[in-house]
Amino acid sequence: MKKHFNLWSILTIATALLLTVPLWVLVSFVFEPTNENWTHLADTLLPEYIINSLWLMLGVSIGTLLLGIPSAWFISQYHFVGKRVFHWALLLPMAMPAYIIAYTYTGLLEFEGPVQSALRTLFETQTVNLWFPEIRSLGGAIVMFSLVLYPYVYLLARSAFANQSHSVMQASRTLGAGPYKTFFKVALPIARPAIIAGLTLALMETLADFGTVQHFGVATFTTGIYRTWTGFGDTTTTAQLSILLLVFVTVLMMVEFWSRKQAKYFTNPNQQSNLTLPTLTGGRAVGAFTLCLIPILFGFILPALQLLDWSINVASTSLNSEFFTLVWNSFSLAFITALVTVSIALLLLYAKRSQNNKMVDHSVRVASLGYAIPGTVIAVAVMIPFAWFDNTLDAWSRETLGISTGLLLSGTLFALIFAYSFRFLSVALQSIGSGLSQIKPSMDESAKTLGASHWTILKRIHIPLLSSSLVTAFILVFVEVLKELPTTLILRPFNFNTLSVRAYEMAADERLADAGLPALLIVITGLIPVIILSKLIGKRHA
Amino acid sequence: MKKSWITLLIFTLSMPVYAALDEVNVYSARKEQLIKPLLTDFTRQTGIKVNLVTSKADALLKRLESEGLNSPADILITTDAGRLHRAKAANVLQPSLNDNMKKLVPAHLRDADGYWIGLTTRSRMMVYAKDRVQASELSTYEDLTDPKWKKRICIRSSNNIYNQSLVASMIAHKGESETARWVEGLVNNMARKPKGGDRDQVKAVAAGQCDIAVVNTYYLGQMINSNDPKEVAAANQVSVFWPNQSDRGAHINVSGIAVTKAAKNKENAIKLMEFLLSKESQTWYAETNNEYPVLADAPWSDTLKTWGEFHGDGLNLTKLGDLNTQAIRIMDRAGWR
Repeated sequence: MKKHFNLWSILTIATALLLTVPLWVLVSFVFEPTNENWTHLADTLLPEYIINSLWLMLGVSIGTLLLGIPSAWFISQYHFVGKRVFHWALLLPMAMPAYIIAYTYTGLLEFEGPVQSALRTLFETQTVNLWFPEIRSLGGAIVMFSLVLYPYVYLLARSAFANQSHSVMQASRTLGAGPYKTFFKVALPIARPAIIAGLTLALMETLADFGTVQHFGVATFTTGIYRTWTGFGDTTTTAQLSILLLVFVTVLMMVEFWSRKQAKYFTNPNQQSNLTLPTLTGGRAVGAFTLCLIPILFGFILPALQLLDWSINVASTSLNSEFFTLVWNSFSLAFITALVTVSIALLLLYAKRSQNNKMVDHSVRVASLGYAIPGTVIAVAVMIPFAWFDNTLDAWSRETLGISTGLLLSGTLFALIFAYSFRFLSVALQSIGSGLSQIKPSMDESAKTLGASHWTILKRIHIPLLSSSLVTAFILVFVEVLKELPTTLILRPFNFNTLSVRAYEMAADERLADAGLPALLIVITGLIPVIILSKLIGKRHA
Repeated sequence: MKKSWITLLIFTLSMPVYAALDEVNVYSARKEQLIKPLLTDFTRQTGIKVNLVTSKADALLKRLESEGLNSPADILITTDAGRLHRAKAANVLQPSLNDNMKKLVPAHLRDADGYWIGLTTRSRMMVYAKDRVQASELSTYEDLTDPKWKKRICIRSSNNIYNQSLVASMIAHKGESETARWVEGLVNNMARKPKGGDRDQVKAVAAGQCDIAVVNTYYLGQMINSNDPKEVAAANQVSVFWPNQSDRGAHINVSGIAVTKAAKNKENAIKLMEFLLSKESQTWYAETNNEYPVLADAPWSDTLKTWGEFHGDGLNLTKLGDLNTQAIRIMDRAGWR
């Protein structure tokens, strides 16, 4: 089914190109000569930045896999006490911005915090020598990221496990493989693309983070990017460093891609819906229960309690009508962005699947790089071309029409939603892509043979089969936008505030207690769609 | 959901249509909670509507630069002089200070060419553990490198602009090589790797992890007046020390304001500047956030009064912007993380 360029491919490539304008802006800086800030960085801190980033990635990989995969396995394969709640509750930590959870754990675990104070009282010592792991460290950062990012692995792995045909598992069991062997030899390899997709998202977000590592005093590559910009005011080197980061991420994605190129797994998700899952009892039920409880307890309950404590007892601002505006702004922005981003991702992936065109493949791959770029850098890379466009249009229309159009797009919500779409497209692509990869191409081909158009195939076959992946993508983007900070802060219009901006402004002013309420509201606002939508998925799968 | 789409669409389309009305558009690096109440008062008194967007200073500066003469912003507010200087150098500001403003604010707290003016000052002072350090042991920033302070000093990361400015001021007074030695000595005496914010340094002193910390005045002020009893308790375990009182004075910085080059509401912008320099607004800064008013006759808050008068560094703050890059390089080389 080799095809040359048709309207569909061209539309796809054009969309990808337009969306990745910020990336091209960054790339354009690569051709500028490197300056003395580069040399300085290379001479002093760059090695440390890189090493810290690598450790962070390794640690977060282990952490998110350990928290995400076992819980996904038990939820998708067994019945046990609490499963109905765990099913969606395991997603809750996702709504917690990483820097906020970092603040709450600092508050809980630092020297003057309640835990250490209690220990000192317990051991009746006032000495500084009582050993306690330092939370504000590389290890601490790894734990924080793992706690809020494992839901990516969990969510994608869960739907991959759930979609695995039970006949495969049963065949494995019939052939004498125990549950462990079945898990490691059959289920895990089949779910691998989905797990890797989730892990990729977690790692990209880790690499792009600045707030958390900054607070913990861990200098990562992004610290370098950020410092070069704010400290030296050097946009060129900032862009060059960002591109370097992207090259690294791309190489990583390529290696993964090649390593599983031979292996393709397709299953028929329809077979399993009628089957009932085995019920765990006794020790096994307790084990599954504990495994699912741990991530929720540490990723959500404890930090949320700390936030609640701050909001109620300490904060100087209380819940008032202003917060409704903040909730509404955050909610509508997240909703629209999620809708837009999921649509674009679906368009791109569907084109990639049906066109078998190298250019389309590459466009999609490039369009998915946004997530690894620090939000601050994306914001600037959006600001520059938008302002250029506005000013050029203005100059042109002044000259020819005698009318000033002013700034048409800069400083509008359009610019903001555009930036989000670029940044979070990867999130939608990964989750929809892993769903799409499990649908046999033979289905498309049969449909085509029967004379169905692309549109009909999409509407009648893919969207129904993909619904849980689409919902997953929607939730992920929604929650991402809700807690997103740097882009929102930098690109938002006048008089437009969101919950995350409010939380940040309080936290940056070191008024952690006052950051508690908006942070809590982010979590609650994110919770609503998570619960509703996962109930929807649950109905179809459980 | 249709409604939100429409609302958002209308909102989006109406965004660029600012100016012309009786209003003023503000880009502020001061956090919303530290500027909005004053802006509300301003609107109440003058009827001029204020449109506000707060962000990080560097982002606002970039936004001004890329928007060029079409920028909607009339005013730029930052929390350090270095960024104002950078904005002036980037050619996005215009001179706006009138004679009255110049009379009200001392020369070292405003731009010599009239491009920007300080609204409040803050000092990067020392705090020490009351029970472990005598005030007589302390003297200057330079003295912090003395071996007697080995493993006893807490200070936050060099990512922080206030530390960068402190080092820049040291370069201005002592030259680069002496400053480089000073930074090395300071790093050697740090009790722990820099982490957390200024309040965390104060808490660390209170907890006994270190004996001295270098912090901005208003953070300690906020702790003393906090709702959180733990913060108040920590703040009460430390005392304030003003360094370099017998020579150049304690390091200071300003939060300041400037009119943008693209300003379409310059008249209103200047009205707002005058309002923010009024005795009433200046008192608010002192009362609400424990910042020092630039206006000589604005009263201080009780907290500021208890710390007493001090001699502040008279260095022209423009210097801090000039030397910022060098300061960061020195800190990087010395391993100040």
